[in-house]
Amino acid sequence: MDIVVMARALFGTSLGFHIIYATIGVGLPVMIIIAEVLHFIKKDPDYALMAKRWTKGFAILLAVSIASGTIVGVMISLLFPDFMEIVGQVIALPFQMEIFAFLIEAVFMSIYLYAADRLPPTLRLVSIISVALGATASAILITDVHAWMNTPAGFNITPDGEITDVDTWAAFFNPSFGVTAMHVTLSAYTTVAFLIASIAALRLMRRKISSAERTYHKKALTIALYFGALMSLATAINGHDTAQMLHEYNPRKLAAAEGLFETQRYAPLSIGGYTSLEDQRVKYAIEIPYALSFLADDRFDTEVIGLNEFPEELWPPLYVHILFNVMVGIGTVLILVAFLALFWKHVLKREFPNWLLAILVVSGPLAMIAIEAGWCFSCIGRQPWTINQVLRTEDAATKSNSVGFLFYLFMTLYITLLFVTGFVMRYYFKHNPVREDLEARGV
Amino acid sequence: MEASTLAITILWSLLFVYSILGSLDFGAGFWGMIYGKKEEKSAAQIANRFLSPTWEVTNVFLVIFVVSVVTFFPFATTLLGSVLLVPVALGILLLTIRTTFMVFQHHAGKYQDLLRLTSGFTGLIIPALLVSILPITLGGFVIFENDYPRLQYGELLTHPTLYMHILFGLSTELFISAMFLMDYAKEAEDWDAYDTFRKHSLWLGPISIAIAMLTIGTFPSEASWIVENIQQNWIAFGLSLLFFLIGYALLFVKKKDGHRGLARFAVIMIGLQYAVAIYAYGSAHLPYLIYPDLTIADGFTNPETFYQMLIVYAVGFGILIPAFILFWRLFLKDRRYLKQE
Repeated sequence: MDIVVMARALFGTSLGFHIIYATIGVGLPVMIIIAEVLHFIKKDPDYALMAKRWTKGFAILLAVSIASGTIVGVMISLLFPDFMEIVGQVIALPFQMEIFAFLIEAVFMSIYLYAADRLPPTLRLVSIISVALGATASAILITDVHAWMNTPAGFNITPDGEITDVDTWAAFFNPSFGVTAMHVTLSAYTTVAFLIASIAALRLMRRKISSAERTYHKKALTIALYFGALMSLATAINGHDTAQMLHEYNPRKLAAAEGLFETQRYAPLSIGGYTSLEDQRVKYAIEIPYALSFLADDRFDTEVIGLNEFPEELWPPLYVHILFNVMVGIGTVLILVAFLALFWKHVLKREFPNWLLAILVVSGPLAMIAIEAGWCFSCIGRQPWTINQVLRTEDAATKSNSVGFLFYLFMTLYITLLFVTGFVMRYYFKHNPVREDLEARGV
Repeated sequence: MEASTLAITILWSLLFVYSILGSLDFGAGFWGMIYGKKEEKSAAQIANRFLSPTWEVTNVFLVIFVVSVVTFFPFATTLLGSVLLVPVALGILLLTIRTTFMVFQHHAGKYQDLLRLTSGFTGLIIPALLVSILPITLGGFVIFENDYPRLQYGELLTHPTLYMHILFGLSTELFISAMFLMDYAKEAEDWDAYDTFRKHSLWLGPISIAIAMLTIGTFPSEASWIVENIQQNWIAFGLSLLFFLIGYALLFVKKKDGHRGLARFAVIMIGLQYAVAIYAYGSAHLPYLIYPDLTIADGFTNPETFYQMLIVYAVGFGILIPAFILFWRLFLKDRRYLKQE
């Protein structure tokens, strides 16, 4: 197969694999902080146990997260050397800062993992807060490079490809940095909240659990629901800003996301369906009149640019509409689920019925699918460019013919690791059930 | 100093840090495997106790090194990326297996043997892959086809210098890690493990020096430029050897408590030995990143960006100093950690 396609496939799967663990790595320390703080305030040992058990899970996943992050960091230089040549001149700062954020996370994670029992409570809290700050800062800084690829700034390029007039801070604070960084952070927090909710709901669906266990899982579920409700709502509000950013700076991508061909005022929003090239519209979709114009710039008569304004070879693949819909659709479902569950708990004041628990069980995996769909949308929606309107992917990619063989090798690695992590998580938590921890405490 | 020279000096410093930390990390994995099954279990425990909290930090230094190469020398990425794609990709693949299995080992008790073997063997293979990058830079292994650089695998794999470099890397790794773990065992007052690692230091030391010297003799004919530079710079290499001899001699000093060896001073001397050697080798390597196709001046970014990156480095390491001190105290000083059962 074509080397460029293989290079993209290799990097794409590497990133797609890393995203799973990285997202958890960003969100889970925040959940651990919440549990630690609740324990600090309420002196309820259940929260201490929660922090301890989540930390164990975090330690297992962090190993994969760090290893796959190393792969992605090295691989991008190997597979897209001409891209890194520009990155090194223009947007090197966030890359370097990211390492230090990563270093802070690594140092304090070791401290929190292996020295927690030797630390005074405040220092322990400082450690886990440093882990969370390091992880979130890492995510924000790497997202900065991603944002810059979508809305490049801070340099000029001559026709023969020479980079001039570099302004590193203009590149750092490129137009989409703020909204995109927020989007990545908030959606990671959301996802982890729902993953925790999934696990707690799964445990609560079991018939044979003791009342102490039930109380424990209910507390975990409550934290997850509150945090999840808040964060999913914040993600949606920020997602709206992201769409408006696209409208202003990257209309080609917005047009592809919405399957809009003709530039128009009062543009309708198409939900669902697939973009048909022959019919020049989204087929089998629910159309909401005027809604796209309104979303793009808060006015019904906003003119939204369509794909036909651009030559067809500069269109991203039309299926990005589906990816976009999957992301937005799941995001919406998550908000509804979280608020429904909270309504059930606080207004109806009733136990969760099994059907609601079952929905909660699937909410975590769904959130992760939304994350993947979102990243795929953002990266595929930028095609054929690696740096929007500056560098084409085919010009950035390596020409080495070893890429194909490496692709299959790394695919094997990722699939194996997915199974092995799942297995180790199961093995560990099966051999160290909550029940035993609670019994050890004499409950 | 010129900006590009400063950049390459920082790079060699980072390489020094990673080669030491990496040697400790991979070496500890190897010693953990060797002593994991046997009677002398405490040696394995000492190795693992060091490895558990440090591997993440070591791993970050690898990433720092890679990112620094790419950001300081962006014009080098095309050549480096094309030529090093396969060895580096295989290296990180194995590193991933090693990292994950090492952590999983603590969480899946039943499978310890398999996991320990993995971390021990990768502790040899990964350094071998990484060190095989060095001969590639010497010249003669890269050709251009239609302006596109290709690594001559046939030439490389049949050249004795590759295997001498690998032997050099492995003997150094094991020597440095044995020396350090000896000192670490002393801090833990585990004299059994101390004797084990001292014993290994004694035979590995002279062997690593002998291999290092022999390796230079196997350099490919294209590398005469660096051999000349090394000969001109004999004072620095002599100084490095002197540090080795002092450090080695310190292993024999008998102390009042009956144990032989001034471990801490010996480790410092060996550290100096490698620091001097790496800088001397680095300066002999100038002005090339890869001979004869790429010099540091060709690869260097624009100086303004570079100076901003320097500020980031200064601030970054500045912020981290207290964290490193805390880390040192908790894992390399605290008796409660070192002597736990």
